[in-house]
Amino acid sequence: MTAREDWWYDEAAGPLVRPYAMVRGRTRPNAPDLHLVTQVRASSFASDQTSLTVEHREIMALCARPLSVAEVAAYLDVPLVVVKVLLSDLIERGDVLVQNSSPQIPDRDLLQAVLDGVRGI
Amino acid sequence: MVFVGSDDQLTVPTAVKIVIAGGFGTGKTTMVASVSEIPPLQTEELLTEAGVHVDDLAGIEGKDTTTVALDFGRITINTKVVLYLFGTPGQNRFWFMWDELATGAIGAVVLVDTRRLDSSFPSIDFFEHRGIPFVVAVNCFDGSQLYTVDEVRHALDLDDAIPVVLCDARDRESSKTVLVGLIQHSMNRLAAV
Repeated sequence: MTAREDWWYDEAAGPLVRPYAMVRGRTRPNAPDLHLVTQVRASSFASDQTSLTVEHREIMALCARPLSVAEVAAYLDVPLVVVKVLLSDLIERGDVLVQNSSPQIPDRDLLQAVLDGVRGI
Repeated sequence: MVFVGSDDQLTVPTAVKIVIAGGFGTGKTTMVASVSEIPPLQTEELLTEAGVHVDDLAGIEGKDTTTVALDFGRITINTKVVLYLFGTPGQNRFWFMWDELATGAIGAVVLVDTRRLDSSFPSIDFFEHRGIPFVVAVNCFDGSQLYTVDEVRHALDLDDAIPVVLCDARDRESSKTVLVGLIQHSMNRLAAV
């Protein structure tokens, strides 16, 4: 048993698993249109998860309800660029569904819905 | 890449966002917290030391990287629409991050502390130059209302069309009123086009 004072790592050393290791050295996300607020959701027809990493499975569990890319990154506590790579893996497998739209200026009906919603909170 | 088909359309909401901007210490995260349905979340973007956006992890182990933290909150409008509120990073060198935040946004709230009016000039310039609708909200800390709305408007050299309101970012109703004002301003701008 290693004594605590022998540990060479601590909070200041940063995470033991570096971001590029978590994505196994892969770099760019294959799915290009993942923005901060893009909504993602686990498919109800997700494939076998045994080959997935812990992080991928955590994303699948989080996305049982629709979440933004930014929320997934925050709950997983990894940088956005890393979560985008992990999400793009799941999107490619068809395990995660993504809202098919880049951010665009909301139209009048959408603004009215948001206005009513904010007034109601 | 699998996109959401028509069968699933109802269960993946449309996301909209509002940017909460302003200088350092003007109460951006306080305002996000006062109206968000969840405690504000924080997400981190990687940057090189030069302030350049890291969108590729290749070789970053050899670069000096830093992180920029974004605070944000969420308001579920209904089953089809969710609103996100993003506080801008305080440091001005992270302008590229502002571009991503502002793209497609309903608009922005620029928070102003009258003791440090100049700290909000860069935010106002940013949204003016990009034609993004914004309102100016004077955050009255501890009742520290040093100036009238007109005086603030004059000092910031604001166009008459830009709403200026007094608020208390800690107060949920007050922050709600600011958001309602911004959404109405965006709707008016849309109608005027």
